[in-house]
This record gives sequence, structure tokens and C-alpha cells, in this order.
Amino acid sequence: MAERAQSGWSTVVRWLDAPWLKPFAMLALMIVLWDVAIWLFNVPPYLIPRPWDVVKAFGTDGPLLLRESIPTTVATLGGFLLSALFGIPIAMLIAGSRTVESYFYPLLVFSQSIPKVAIAPLFVVWFGFGLAPKVITAFLLGFFPVVVAGVQGFKALDTDMRDLARSMKCSRWQMFTMVSLPNALPAIFSGLKVSVTLAVVGAVVGEFVGSNSGIGFVLQRSIGNFELPTMFAALVLLALIGVVLFWIVDIIERFALPWHTSRRHEFVATT
Amino acid sequence: MTRPNLRLIETPEVPAARVPAHAGEPAIGIKALTKTYRTRDGDVPTLRPIDLDIADGEFVAVVGPSGCGKSTLLKLIAGLIEPTSGSIEVGGKEVVEPPDDVGIVFQSPVLLAWRSVLANIMMPVEVRKLDYASHLERAKALIKTARLDGFENKYPWQLSGGMQQRAAICRALVHDPKIVLMDEPFGALDALTRERMNLELQRIHFETKKTIVLITHSIPESVFLADRVVVMSDRPGTIEAIYDVPLPRPRSLEVMGTPVFAELAKQVRSHFYAEGGID
Repeated sequence: MAERAQSGWSTVVRWLDAPWLKPFAMLALMIVLWDVAIWLFNVPPYLIPRPWDVVKAFGTDGPLLLRESIPTTVATLGGFLLSALFGIPIAMLIAGSRTVESYFYPLLVFSQSIPKVAIAPLFVVWFGFGLAPKVITAFLLGFFPVVVAGVQGFKALDTDMRDLARSMKCSRWQMFTMVSLPNALPAIFSGLKVSVTLAVVGAVVGEFVGSNSGIGFVLQRSIGNFELPTMFAALVLLALIGVVLFWIVDIIERFALPWHTSRRHEFVATT
Repeated sequence: MTRPNLRLIETPEVPAARVPAHAGEPAIGIKALTKTYRTRDGDVPTLRPIDLDIADGEFVAVVGPSGCGKSTLLKLIAGLIEPTSGSIEVGGKEVVEPPDDVGIVFQSPVLLAWRSVLANIMMPVEVRKLDYASHLERAKALIKTARLDGFENKYPWQLSGGMQQRAAICRALVHDPKIVLMDEPFGALDALTRERMNLELQRIHFETKKTIVLITHSIPESVFLADRVVVMSDRPGTIEAIYDVPLPRPRSLEVMGTPVFAELAKQVRSHFYAEGGID
């Protein structure tokens, strides 16, 4: 009997050891600590809500939150797609031409030092309270990582491979489609993953400074009304949007680059 | 440590050197070729004037100390860099851009990680827009010869180092070039794999009669494979000596045990000791 109980226990342990379970276990632990800390230090609910109140806020404000998450997601995706659309060709130009690099790259780095949050109100002045300013701030935040990763990817082509392509007399276009671009894709994808999470931040910043819809708007309004459970629920939802978008990019990468080093464990090695 | 015997043996005690068939135009003609790299720290003379004619179907191995400009010579023939002075002709035509009739094998396999083995081998065909179907047959035959069958659809990293290099050789041969240039192709392989690759390359040369220029660090490899062994001097490199290898073809590994082989290897090796390059 004792042996059987032990084997049952080891099954549970093995199950608990599953990789997908670990972040959830960690999350559960943190929520428990959160609750315990509030009880222990007697934190008033207008400073930090209890976890259960946040869950209840999901119940009462759920439909509102879901509805408001749509404009935020749209703005994030818009900004992210623009980042990819402009970031990749610009990275290509910078990596491909020393002239472009010397003229533009330092300026690009310089422009990144300007806090986007500070200039976001400017876009509201220019484009009003609609979708446009949100998309632009999301784009401005998401754009730079794509360019940096892309430049690195396009430049990381070894001399032998360049010589090989030249010896076959690859045209510029062939060189790009057959060699440079696939070679740069792993780096580009890691840039896109950073970009998509930053685009969420950008969209929310856009909503902060001037919008009447979106999670950012809900966040600001609930802080103003001291509805902390709603605000925390909005934060959780925002994080979920980020995770899901990241996950989607990861899946696309998985299909686009089945050959890449990071996927190699999924193949059976041959000798 | 006693220093090895530095005495140069004047006349090899081997049968009369086989004169390569210099019928008509040489496959590769090199005249007074020099190369000086211009760098920020000044000019780096890499090749002193080199004259060398390589006959059609001939197998020439180039040996020399590290940094003597062997690879530079190969890149010049391949049209990847421009000579400082002098000229190179491939198939009777001055080399100004990479010639069509040349296949190259580098020290590393340089296979594209995102292409399957077959797609890698077919890449020159795609780039040059040659007839796909007929070359596919050829690629499959090459894959069979290189004992890569069953691995056509694998990615390069799923293959061992020797298999990757064999795939690279198939790629160099797929468009049926007259000339194959090889830059230390087996340098990264272990000794046993290297020996097997040497045998295969020997057989490929025997069967296809291609003109092959092989850059190598290995003296036994050069003697085993080549019709002529070109010994280069330290940088700035030039041709120090040329040895004919009169061993009959096809050659097997047993040839390495013969006195003729040993004598030739010894003579080639003596150049390096005379320069103190291996101390």
C-alpha cells in the first residue's frame, strides 16, 4: 500500500514538474503572497485591492473590459505591422549601404532617445482622438527593435557565403531572396517579438494622453475614480493581450523557420 | 630535439615524370600574377609574380605555409577578387568576373541552413536558371555517388561534418563545371573521414576528368591526389617548386606505402623545414 501511495505521489510530482505548469504555479504563489501581504501589513483597499476583488471586478466590468480591449489590440497590431513594414526595409538599407548607415543610423539612435511618452500629446494635436495617435505611438515604440535586430541579421553573413553567392553570379535580387533575407530572419523575428510587446505599451500610452476608448482609457478613468479592482483587472487583461500577441509571433516564427537552431531539439538527430 | 634532415634531394628516384597532356590551350593560364592588399596599415603584398599553366583534366594541389596566399590565388582564379597585376585566363578567357565553368568548395561546407540538402545542391542551377529537370537527375546521381541518398530532404545541420562537405562538393559539381576549385575542403574533418574523402575525390577526378585545383595543408593529401604538387613560399607567396606525381591512377590508399610516395612526400616536406616553418 505504502509503495503504491508513493508511486501515486511521484506521478503527481512529475505532473507538477511539467514546464507549462511552472509559470502558473509561480503566479498562484505570487497571488497568495499578495493577499497575505495585504492582510499582514493591513494595506487599505484604496491603495492595493485584494486579489479576490480583482476577480470580482472581472465579473462586473468584464464586458466593458473586453469591449475596450478591442481598440487597444487594433492599435497595437497596427503599430506593430507598421514597425515590421518600415523596420525591415530600413534595416536592409542600413545594412546594405555604408552611406545610408553613416547618415541615418546615428540619427535613428538619437531619435530613440526622445521619450515617446512626452511627444505622444503632439500626435493627439495632429490627428485628434481617434485611432491614429495610438497607432503612431505603438509604431514609434515597436519600430526601433525591428531595425536594430534587422541590421544585425542582415550584416551577419559570413564571407564564405558571400563568396559562394558571388561565384554563382547571384543577381542582387537572388542574393537578397535566397541568401540575405533567410539568413536575417531569425534575428528579425527576435526583434519582432520585442517589438510586439513594446507596441502594446505604445498603444496604451497613446490612449493615456488622448483617447476615449481602449484599455489605457479604462486604466486612467478607474484610477481617477479610485476603482482599483477595475484598474488591476485592466492591467491583467493588458498583460494577456501582450502574451497572446507574443505567442502568435512565436508560432509564426515556428512555421517560418523550421530549420532554425532554436527548433533543433524538435528533430531527431541523424549521424 | 634533433633537427630533421634538411638535405634537399635533387633527383627523385622515381620513374620518369608523366608529362601532362598540354594539348592546346591550358584550362587555367596564370601569367605574372600578383596581388597586394591595400589596407589602412599600408600595402600587404600577398602574391609575388606567379606563372602557372594548368592543363585540361589535370589535378593540381597547392601546398604552402599558413598565410602564404594560397587562398588568395584560388579566389583570383575564381574571379572573386581582382589581381593587382598580371592575368588569369580560364578556358582561354580573361577572368574579370566569376567564370561560369567553375565550381568552388570552401573550407567550411557553407550550406544554407534553410535549404534541404537537395535544394542546397540545386542552388547553382536555380541561380543560373539552368534546366531544372535534367540537372535534378544529375543532382540525384551525384547524391548517390556521395552516399548521401536518404538525406536529400534533411537540413544540413542534421548531417555529420563529412556528409556536409560531400554535399558541398555535389553542389560544386551539379552544373557540370569543367574546373573545380577547392580551398582546404577537408581541413575541418577528422583524419579518418579525411582519408575517405580523399579516396572519393580521387575517384571523382578519375571518372569525370575534371580540372581540379586543391589548396591543402596536408602533404600526404597533396601527393595522393595530385598530378602536380605546387609548393608555395612564405608570404608574399610565389611558386617555389613544382613536383610531378608519377603514381598511376586510379590510386588506392596502399599507394601511400610505396617508396615513390614516401620520397615525394619527403621532398615536398623538405621545403617547409628549410624555411623553418614548422619549428
